[in-house]
Amino acid sequence: MSAVTASGPQVLELAGGLDLASGRRLEHVQIAYETFGELDPERANAVLVCHALSGDAHVANGPDRFGEEKPGWWEPVVGPGKAIDTGKYFVICGNVLGGCSGTTGPGSADPDTNAPYGLRFPLVTVEDMVEAQVALLDHLGIERLACVSGGSMGGMQALAWARRYPERVASVAAIATTWRLAAQSIAFNEVGRTAILGDPAFLDGDYYEQGQPSHGLAVARMIGHITYLSDDSMREKFGRRLRERAEHAFQFVTEFEVESYLAYQGRKFVERFDANTYLYMTKAMDYFDLSAGHATLGEALAGVRSRFLVLSFSSDWLFPTYQARELVDALKAADAEVSFAEIESPYGHDAFLLEPEQQRRYLEPFLAHVVSEERRRARGGSAADEVAVPATGGETR
Amino acid sequence: MTFADLLRADLRLITEMVPEGSRVLDLGCGDGSLMAHLRDEKACTVRGVDLSPEDIASALSRGLSVVQTDLDEGLSGYGDSSFDFVVLSQTLQVVRRPAFVLREMLRVGQRNIVTFPNFGHWRVRGYLAARGRMPVSRSIPFSWYDTPNIHHTTITDFRDFVAANGGAIEQEVSLVTREWAGQIRRVRVWPNLFADTAVALVKRA
Repeated sequence: MSAVTASGPQVLELAGGLDLASGRRLEHVQIAYETFGELDPERANAVLVCHALSGDAHVANGPDRFGEEKPGWWEPVVGPGKAIDTGKYFVICGNVLGGCSGTTGPGSADPDTNAPYGLRFPLVTVEDMVEAQVALLDHLGIERLACVSGGSMGGMQALAWARRYPERVASVAAIATTWRLAAQSIAFNEVGRTAILGDPAFLDGDYYEQGQPSHGLAVARMIGHITYLSDDSMREKFGRRLRERAEHAFQFVTEFEVESYLAYQGRKFVERFDANTYLYMTKAMDYFDLSAGHATLGEALAGVRSRFLVLSFSSDWLFPTYQARELVDALKAADAEVSFAEIESPYGHDAFLLEPEQQRRYLEPFLAHVVSEERRRARGGSAADEVAVPATGGETR
Repeated sequence: MTFADLLRADLRLITEMVPEGSRVLDLGCGDGSLMAHLRDEKACTVRGVDLSPEDIASALSRGLSVVQTDLDEGLSGYGDSSFDFVVLSQTLQVVRRPAFVLREMLRVGQRNIVTFPNFGHWRVRGYLAARGRMPVSRSIPFSWYDTPNIHHTTITDFRDFVAANGGAIEQEVSLVTREWAGQIRRVRVWPNLFADTAVALVKRA
C-alpha cells in the first residue's frame, strides 16, 4: 500500500492490466492522478472527483503533472475552504482511461509496436473508466469512498460507480449530467467526430508525427462550446458586437465577438487536447446507458446503496433538467436516498464550472453529513446508532 | 426544552399519529424539522419534497433526502401505496391544483395527514363581517393580492373536498394553536367555528 497522504500529481502503473467492456484487454495501463488534502485515520473522508470530456487530474490549484502552478479545472468548487474542502476531505482525481493527460489513451505507445495506438486503441466505456479508478483506489488502499462526484461525463462515471460498486460508494453527487444521452446530444457528438475524421490531416488517427488534425478538432470544440452555453449567456456575453471594427467587412473574416470567442476556444483546445481522445470520449458518452441490461432504469438501480445528490441547471440544454428528473424518479422507485435541486442559472451546461456558490449550498451540507456518518460507521456505529442522534446531529461536530 | 417543544403544534400532533418505523413522505417539508423528528424519535424512514433551495439545503445538513418538486406537477416516481403516510402540512392552501395534489397523495400514501388553517374560524368570520375586508391576522399575515395562500378552505369545505376526490376522513382533530411553544388545545364543540387549525387523517375511500 502506498503512502496515501502524499499530495500532488502522481502516476500509477497498473500491474494487472485491464479487461474492457468491449471484450478487449489493455495489458499496460498507467493512470495519472492527483490527490489533495489528507486521508483521515478512519479512512472515511475520501472523495473521488471524476472529470468531464476535456478535463484532467488537475482538479484543484497547485502544481500540475509538469510541476507548473496552475488553476484546477474545478478550482472554484474544490480547494481549501471550498464546497469540496481539501482541508477536510481527501480528494482524488484521475485522468480517465482513454484520456490524453497522463493516463493511457490512444496517444500512448502501443507496447507491441512502440508507436502511438491511434485508432488501434480499444474503445473504452464509462464503465471502463470506472474500472481504472477502482484499480487506483485499490492501490491507494481506499475501500470505501465518502463520495464520488462529477459534472457532465464525470457525473456519468459517478452514477456508474454507484451501480457497479454499491458497497464502496457512500454517496454520489451527480451534477449537470444524464443517465444516458438523448439523440440531440449524440447528434452534436457525431458532428464533432465528423469534423475530426474528415480533416485531411487526420490520417486515420496516425497523425502523431505530422501534428494534430487541428481544423477538425477546433471545429469539434467550437460545436461543443455552443452546446455548453445558452441563448441567454451568448446574448449577454457577445450580443451582436463586432470585434475591432465598427462596420461589416464584407469578407469571410472573424467579425462578430462570438466568432472570435469560438475561434479562440478552438485554437486553445488544439494545443492541449488529442483529437483521438476526443473521438473516444464522445463515443464513451454516446454508449453510456445507466439502465443497460434492464427493462427500466429503476430496475437497473435496484441494488444501489448510496445517497444521491442530483443537481441540474435551468439553462442546460445539453443535459436538461428533465433528464435529471428521470434519473431522480428512477432512484425514488429504487427507494434510494436521493436529493435533487435544479439550480437557476443562465450559463447553460457550463454552469457546473461557473456557479460555485449555488452548488456549494447543497454540496457542502451533503458532504459534511455523509462524512460524519462514514466516521461513525468506521468506528463501528450501527445504523441504529445513527438514527438515535438528535435531529441537529446531521451537521459536522 | 426538548426539540419536540420547538416543533409547530400541528407537527407534534402528526408525530403522535405516526407509528414507530413508518415510511413517511413529507410534502412541503421545509427545513426538515418534522422529518428529522420522525427519523430520530420514531425510527421512521423519511423522504421529503420542497421547492425552496434554502429549505432543501437545511434538510441536507440534517442528513435528509429532499427532492425539489412542484407539488402541482404531481408525485412522479413515487409508486402507488409506497408510503405508510404522506404528510401535507399547512401547504394545501398554497398549491394551484389542490384536488390533483390530494389525488396524488391518495395514490402514493396508504394514509395521509393533511393539516390546514381553518378559514371558518370565528376571528376570520368576524374580521370579514365587521370590517368588510379580507382577513389579515397573525396566522394569515398577507394581503389578498400578495398571499401565497390561494386556496383557503374551512373544515366543512374540506370534508366535501375529500369526499369528492375519492378520499375518506378517518380521523379529524381540530385545534386552537398559539404562537408560543407548547400551547395547543383541542376543540370538540363546533370546530368549524372555534378551531384555527385542522389535522385530518385521510385514506382512499
